[in-house]
Amino acid sequence: MAPEDPVTVSPPPPPPPPTPSLKTKIARRFVKSLAEVWTSRKLATEGGVRKRARRIKIAAYSSMARAVGGSRRAWSRALLAKLQGRAKRRCHLRSQRCLGLKRKRAGSRNMVRNEVSGSDKLRRLVPGGKAMDLCNLLEETSHFVQCLATQVKVMQSIADRYSV
Amino acid sequence: MSSRRSRSRQSEAVSGISDDQIADLVSKLQRLIPEIRNRRSDKASASKVLQETCNYIRSLHREVDDLSERLSQLLADSDSEQAAIIRSLLM
Repeated sequence: MAPEDPVTVSPPPPPPPPTPSLKTKIARRFVKSLAEVWTSRKLATEGGVRKRARRIKIAAYSSMARAVGGSRRAWSRALLAKLQGRAKRRCHLRSQRCLGLKRKRAGSRNMVRNEVSGSDKLRRLVPGGKAMDLCNLLEETSHFVQCLATQVKVMQSIADRYSV
Repeated sequence: MSSRRSRSRQSEAVSGISDDQIADLVSKLQRLIPEIRNRRSDKASASKVLQETCNYIRSLHREVDDLSERLSQLLADSDSEQAAIIRSLLM
């Protein structure tokens, strides 16, 4: 009598669910924030179109930054910081006009002169770009452009879906 | 005079990033930008790529603005019943 030698075969673990695509992640977050804006009673008035549009725009940028894991990318960190800073300033300085602080320009002048010109304009457009070296700037820009283009696609499809 | 020379030498040493690395990143960027991607030439100059990137980012920002307006308008335009339907679908 051969002893049974049960080979314990544990059932293979279920395959992990496929990580959602960038578009899905952005879409989920944006739709949620959009729903909040649409159902907010404060903004539901007729005259609130402009205000709502601004809230929607803010929601777009913050959902985009959060969808990539808010602190994982330099641009998303900088973008979230800017949005939060702006929100605080709007709360506290509502009566005063925004002065548009222009600071910290001297430091960037003496940066390494690379052969690639035109990076200055790019630095201003990419959140957090001023503090990066060229290599990081190009890397962050690629990712930023991808996410921004995806955000636009998401907004486009929602608008197309619901416009009569 | 000597300080200028040493500064330029210093700048060369600091940018330890290879040209190839930068060229790679630039070409990666190039592939993302529809303006340049549609053209047949693979070799767009780096400054052209950066320029087009800036234009592209600016146009994307403008689209976000327009779409935000449009989405905001959607709620105002549709009558209350439709708006309620839209809201319930999003919840």
